[in-house]
Amino acid sequence: MLGRWGFDRRLAPYVFAAPAVLIMAVGLFYPVVEAVRLSLYEVRLGEPPTPQAFRGLSILAEALADSSVRTSMAVTLQFSVLVVAVEMVLGVALALALEKPLRGMRAFRTLFVLPMMIAPICVGLIWRYMFDVNVGPINSWLAMFHVKPAWLADPSLAFFTLCVTDIWQFTPFVFILALAGLQGIDQSAVEAAKIDGASVLQTIRYIKIPLLAPILMITILMRLIDALRGLEVVYAMTNGGPGLSTELFSLHIYKSAFVTQRMGHSAALSVCLLVVTTALSAALLMWSNPMRRKGG
Amino acid sequence: MHQPLFSQPRASQPLVTQSRVSHVLAAAAPAAAESGADRGGQGLRFGVLVLLAALSVLPILVMLSTSLKTQRQILGGDFSFFVMPTFDNYRGVLEGRFLGYLGNSVIVSISATLLTLIFGTMCAYAISRFRFAGRSPIAIGTLLLRTVPPAVLAIPAYFILTPLHLDGLTGLVISYVALNLPFTIWLLYGFIEQVPTELEEAATVDGCGPYRLFFTLILPLLKPGLAAAAIFTFRIGWNELVLASILTNRTSRTLPYGVYLFITDVGIDWGQLMAAGMLVALPPLIFTFIAARQIITGLTAGAVKG
Repeated sequence: MLGRWGFDRRLAPYVFAAPAVLIMAVGLFYPVVEAVRLSLYEVRLGEPPTPQAFRGLSILAEALADSSVRTSMAVTLQFSVLVVAVEMVLGVALALALEKPLRGMRAFRTLFVLPMMIAPICVGLIWRYMFDVNVGPINSWLAMFHVKPAWLADPSLAFFTLCVTDIWQFTPFVFILALAGLQGIDQSAVEAAKIDGASVLQTIRYIKIPLLAPILMITILMRLIDALRGLEVVYAMTNGGPGLSTELFSLHIYKSAFVTQRMGHSAALSVCLLVVTTALSAALLMWSNPMRRKGG
Repeated sequence: MHQPLFSQPRASQPLVTQSRVSHVLAAAAPAAAESGADRGGQGLRFGVLVLLAALSVLPILVMLSTSLKTQRQILGGDFSFFVMPTFDNYRGVLEGRFLGYLGNSVIVSISATLLTLIFGTMCAYAISRFRFAGRSPIAIGTLLLRTVPPAVLAIPAYFILTPLHLDGLTGLVISYVALNLPFTIWLLYGFIEQVPTELEEAATVDGCGPYRLFFTLILPLLKPGLAAAAIFTFRIGWNELVLASILTNRTSRTLPYGVYLFITDVGIDWGQLMAAGMLVALPPLIFTFIAARQIITGLTAGAVKG
């Protein structure tokens, strides 16, 4: 009886861990390795990589020299930095303004989460309609000012609409995290500052923001990772256009793989994206997931 | 002593306690003048909240109201929220292949969610309660795989799964389970760590084996964590577009790509498109209203910890 229990006890962790490990190996780890391998071959859709097609790192070099790739990288960088900055400022400002307990806050938080929960494809469609030049509500509301911007046809306006959409969707996320952080701050420091005669702004600047800093860093990293890898919203909204003005990096990878069918090129770029997001995730882990428990 | 490899996410409980404390502090504030000013401030803050809520919800309401309009109402004149609702758009959408896509989406999301929860909890339990060879690599690997972008998976997944005839729904389920496991394991690890080990010790003394222990004792205690993980997993399966557009064909297509197909070069039938969008958006919206607490716990778990 005891012996059987001992055997079970030794085998049990492997039995418990095996299914998850197996699926992650097949569904995540192997594909990532395969992406790296494919990035060395000139392959087309539907045909397996052959030794003749081996081109090594030249594909990556070629891809990086491609002007459309560089444009898409620049667009992605501008987009990510801009939306994350705006979302952080707005979200934190709102959290500071609404920090004190308010009646119905829980119900409001539910409403704020809604934009994040619906399918990104729907988000893209909603805003494509919102910004539609002829039938969209925004131009209908702007009609009283006698302007009719062609939001999605003008490159800089299209980029702007994409940013608005992301800010709409994710400012609540920053707000909720910042609010949770603020409510976790030890109030005695804030009270002490108040007694010492610190103004509201001073309290925010010297007490609250520093105490929030770790959470804000994590929020920035999480948002950056998402902004870098997202493509569904823009896929539905502008499909990268007009021109390349909204062609985010992920979308470029997707299009070059499944529209122009340059698999090696696309895999090389996806490895680049992976390196960037993994570096950011590693930074995230160092901030939010120290390999130890608090105090341990 | 083994070193825990995951930090613990904190459930929303501490937040609630904290706000209760500040509530008491605010109520105890003595100066009458200040509380008067406070009340004015409260009105203003409430106004800001209402405005924000309106901004969050309005575009979704635009989708809803457009889905209930006729093509003529959409194309003619100014936008208005109020119309005599017609369900023609929904009828039109459901007459096409959409119902089949809907079925596929239900199958994929639900099976992916169930598998992710079962395997994820088991793995989290192993990492939390056992010391075994391979524990650290599994834990670290899980953490690192947490943010692999679907766009990176798309190309190799196509090359790997198609020759094995695992494209279609099976391939999607495998991919979604794999994509969701890292987050789920990490989230549930935090919940398992909060279960006192004395419970398991007592059950072990009574002769309960590790498997029965897990399924009858531990699993029921993890309900809040499982709910949070379930919503996030379901959401990926229901909303995901990239892998779904690559791994599926005409019969195995899921909803998001089905919606995308309503956009044609000829011109967009906004009414039907918005009706299709509503059908896709609805289940996650309903879950959000049912389990907002768990969702916010899940969202904040990554960043805010004690």
